[in-house]
Amino acid sequence: MDLFYNIIIDPFAQMAQAPDLLAQTLWEGLVGGMLYALIALGFVLIFKASGVFNFAQGIMVVFAALTLVGLHTAGVPAFLALGLTIVVMFVLAWTIERVVLRPLVNQPDIILFMATFGITYFLIGFGEFVFGGDPKIMITEALYLPKGSITYKAFGGVVSLQRLDIVAVIVASIMVAGLGVFFSKTRIGRALRAVADSHSAALSVGISLDQIWVIVWFAAGLVALVTGIFWGARSDVSFALDVIALKALPVLILGGFTSIPGAIVGGLIIGIGEKLGEFYWGPLIGGGTDAWFAYVIALVFLLFRPQGLFGEKIIERV
Amino acid sequence: MRAPGGPEVAVGDVLLSVENVSLSFGGVKAVSDVSFDIRKGEIRAIIGPNGAGKTSMLNIINGFYHPQQGRINFKGETRARMRPHDAAHGGIARTFQNVALFRGMTALDNIMAGRTLKMHTNFFWQLLRYGPAMTEEVEHRRRVEEIIDFLKIQEIRRTPVGRLPYGLQKRVELGRALAMEPELLLLDEPMAGMNMEEKEDMSRFVLDVNDHYGTTIALIEHDMGVVMDLSDRVVVLDHGIKIADGTPNEVKSNQAVIDAYLGVAH
Repeated sequence: MDLFYNIIIDPFAQMAQAPDLLAQTLWEGLVGGMLYALIALGFVLIFKASGVFNFAQGIMVVFAALTLVGLHTAGVPAFLALGLTIVVMFVLAWTIERVVLRPLVNQPDIILFMATFGITYFLIGFGEFVFGGDPKIMITEALYLPKGSITYKAFGGVVSLQRLDIVAVIVASIMVAGLGVFFSKTRIGRALRAVADSHSAALSVGISLDQIWVIVWFAAGLVALVTGIFWGARSDVSFALDVIALKALPVLILGGFTSIPGAIVGGLIIGIGEKLGEFYWGPLIGGGTDAWFAYVIALVFLLFRPQGLFGEKIIERV
Repeated sequence: MRAPGGPEVAVGDVLLSVENVSLSFGGVKAVSDVSFDIRKGEIRAIIGPNGAGKTSMLNIINGFYHPQQGRINFKGETRARMRPHDAAHGGIARTFQNVALFRGMTALDNIMAGRTLKMHTNFFWQLLRYGPAMTEEVEHRRRVEEIIDFLKIQEIRRTPVGRLPYGLQKRVELGRALAMEPELLLLDEPMAGMNMEEKEDMSRFVLDVNDHYGTTIALIEHDMGVVMDLSDRVVVLDHGIKIADGTPNEVKSNQAVIDAYLGVAH
């Protein structure tokens, strides 16, 4: 009975008793969730356009952040470094298309998936070779990202919001909205979805695969850069960051691999669920829930909706 | 009207010609030394037994395959290599033997995808759905709706094509090709796997496309009745070699063709 009380009743009683703490936890969950959503978005972009789970997305985040920091430490002014990093991400997308994807046109998805492993290990090696293996600090100040926090008196206590987090949430929202419109409403967006469904049919209506792939990998690179800046500002910029990308997996399972709104809602559910779980239920089992709680949430959803919350219905005529 | 035995309809200049084309995959010769032409406004059939190299021929024409030897002349321009993208730009559209549609997208979106090359407004306008992009989108949508009316698929325009029965998928695929407003339309077995009624419908559409839009059509078909009814001229391939070329009647009475189809006693 004690256990029942501890799991079902006590956490909620705590929430009701200290609404300021709850608000704080929810906010932190929201910020974390938004950043998960950003990572997941990178995956969704490439999955939508090529039906491939891009294993390299995590390392692209690290690579983008490293390039930015590396250029700045080499003496390039911050915003020029940002521009140059964008150029680097474009070159990367172009190279991946030329060297990896083009020879694999019309191959089964699993082959393309394996190719993204290759890209991952190449980027790790190349990144370490150029920038070295030690952790670096994100150049938040040079980029005029605000620091410190705003403190509100609310809910019978104090809630403090990191300024950086507020900016992250705003930037992520804009990015997500932009990409949503891009996919559903533009000619290129339609072409992207077409390429995902059938390479040969896309070619036959005059869609250029080369061009589409460069665009989509470049878009994923930009998302990676933004993610890298904000994640890097919260911890530091090192190759350990690419593990965070694995956090995107439960988000994708939840939201569906092909849905942009899904990535957002999935990210928020995972982010908030994770924080609530950690804060209110974690102590029951001695903490350490953040490594696996996200996957449990995803599993529970999977039981009820195998295609994810927003995933395309699985259509199969037999 | 084209009826079997009827007079050949006068057709225009040569639109596309294939000259001494050879294609092999490793040791397998798919097409060897084939030449023929397609004239403006005609319906040209490519027939032959299984493995004759018909689909390879179509893939060569729209740039999926690059022949090792020979040349393709399209609209007076000779090219050794042409990419599918260029073919589409030049006005060649096609359908596939095993329907290749964008399965997750609706019939309407599939056909709209055929307009890709016709859209020119700036990407940012499209993103904002404002100004010239909106006007353009509406114009393209109008053309697409015309095609939907023409093919009588109004009621399925919002259905994801993966859910449609085979016959309708073939029709959507034809619609997507038509949306490109092609000069040359390549149809790879448009009636394969259809019942009698569906075949008649499809034949009607093919003839109507040819009549109304004046589109030149090259088609591969197995049903001899259909081929004889539809086409102005027929080229016959067997084991990658051209064995006959002429009007349906000439081809029907050609000894080499009869042998290829029925087998010869040695």
